[in-house]
Amino acid sequence: MRYAMAIDTRKCVGCSDCVVACQTENNVPIGFCRDWVSETVDGTYPNVSIELRSERCNHCDNSPCVRCCPTGASHFEDGGIVLVTHNKCIGCGACIESCPYEARYSHPDGYVDKCTFCIHRVRKGEKPACVSVCPTSCMYFGDLEDPNSEIVNVLKNRKFKALAPEAGTKPQIFYLV
Amino acid sequence: MKEELFVSGRNIPNIDPYLHIWHWQIPIYLFLGGLAAGILFLAGVYTILGKEKEMPATVKWAPFLVPFALIIGLFMLFLDLKHKMYFWQLYTTIRLESPMGWGAWVLMIMTPISIIWSASYIREVFPNWDWKFKFLYTFEAWVIRNRWYIAWPMAIYAVILGIYTGILLSAFNARPLWNTTILGPLFLVSGMSTGAACIILMSKSHEERRIISRLDLLFIVVELFFITHMIMGFLAGSEVQINAANLFLGGQFTVPFFVFVILLGLIFPAILEVLELIGYKMPIIIPAVFILFGGLIFRFIMVEAGQITRYLY
Ligand code: SF4
Ligand code: SF4
Repeated sequence: MRYAMAIDTRKCVGCSDCVVACQTENNVPIGFCRDWVSETVDGTYPNVSIELRSERCNHCDNSPCVRCCPTGASHFEDGGIVLVTHNKCIGCGACIESCPYEARYSHPDGYVDKCTFCIHRVRKGEKPACVSVCPTSCMYFGDLEDPNSEIVNVLKNRKFKALAPEAGTKPQIFYLV
Repeated sequence: MKEELFVSGRNIPNIDPYLHIWHWQIPIYLFLGGLAAGILFLAGVYTILGKEKEMPATVKWAPFLVPFALIIGLFMLFLDLKHKMYFWQLYTTIRLESPMGWGAWVLMIMTPISIIWSASYIREVFPNWDWKFKFLYTFEAWVIRNRWYIAWPMAIYAVILGIYTGILLSAFNARPLWNTTILGPLFLVSGMSTGAACIILMSKSHEERRIISRLDLLFIVVELFFITHMIMGFLAGSEVQINAANLFLGGQFTVPFFVFVILLGLIFPAILEVLELIGYKMPIIIPAVFILFGGLIFRFIMVEAGQITRYLY
């Protein structure tokens, strides 16, 4: 099993519903977020192109955050989901430094927090909150090792990219372009 | 032209717009670690060479600073933690892949070694010192007899500790300024140089100061070479590494880096040390203080600047 997400940058309208859904679902404290939407504008008017991306932890296959954690608080769960065990985390900040995507933050309670792929929902067979709420259905979540899954299908038929693959982290969020 | 913004509004404290998770505690931790490594290494080496008599400050007096430096260093690490009540978790796991983890362990090993080392000399400083218990006297006698054998692991561990202070940063691939293997040796020689400066400050023997000054000069030259090497390596690297080097070559850290680290922290004390060596009378305290100051600022700059550098996508 290898969970991953594919996000269609051509369908995303930048409404930030995924961000709000995550904050509600996961009780993210005000002023913080586990996912965010970035807009990259390329070119000068009138020749501009825009790319909208809903970003979050990439649940990397070769994740520096798991490697550098001194206590083992950052670890892999089934399906490659990268998780932080709150009462094992000492808040040293090493994992925040190690993430090329700035996907982690220091929770006001002291531990480090980030996207969990809504593992509590996924275990019940539901989709992550952000995926289920997206009004344009631009996100696909599923198991890369299941040849019949929607995500495998969409990755087969579309061009896609990952963010900063040169960082060597093997990110598992794919952006359809 | 390429422009990026967060449509959903993202302004997480200490992360946006620039990462600033590690504050002043980490540079001080690294500085004290390097200083301790430098002193213990020189103490170990001169004990192995059998020079205790000629080099009393190196072998006996300066190591008294080390337990304090290491304990304050560990305390700095503790201050940096945001989930402090779980500190003990650091010592329930050994994770060799985590520099933060093995640094905490190296310090845990170094601190008792340095305490034992200094304790074995305490009755030379305070002749009336009383150990109270007989077994402590027995232990002291054992340490004194085996100093030569303790000096070996001590010197080797000191090198590990010194390199570690650089590896703590260089292990982070995500921060291009840190992600260079030269940082280990660079922080090691810089630590040696600050350790030597401490010894010079504490030494009363002219001959000892001359020997350590000469060594220190060597450390400074090697350090300058490593810094040049590091910047050249970045300039020959990928875009993110070129950006990292540019922080020092015209970017926002240029002035503090060249004025405080290179000029005042390395070149100026090196010139004074050369003048002293060729016979001019110099208050030896001046180069030593500048070296310590330069070493501290160097670590502050590396920690601050490194956090700004990142991958572009
Ligand atoms: S995106 Fe960052 S936090 Fe998530 S797994 Fe990768 S390195 Fe770790
Ligand atoms: S902050 Fe917590 S999760 Fe991150 S590396 Fe330190 S102990 Fe591990």
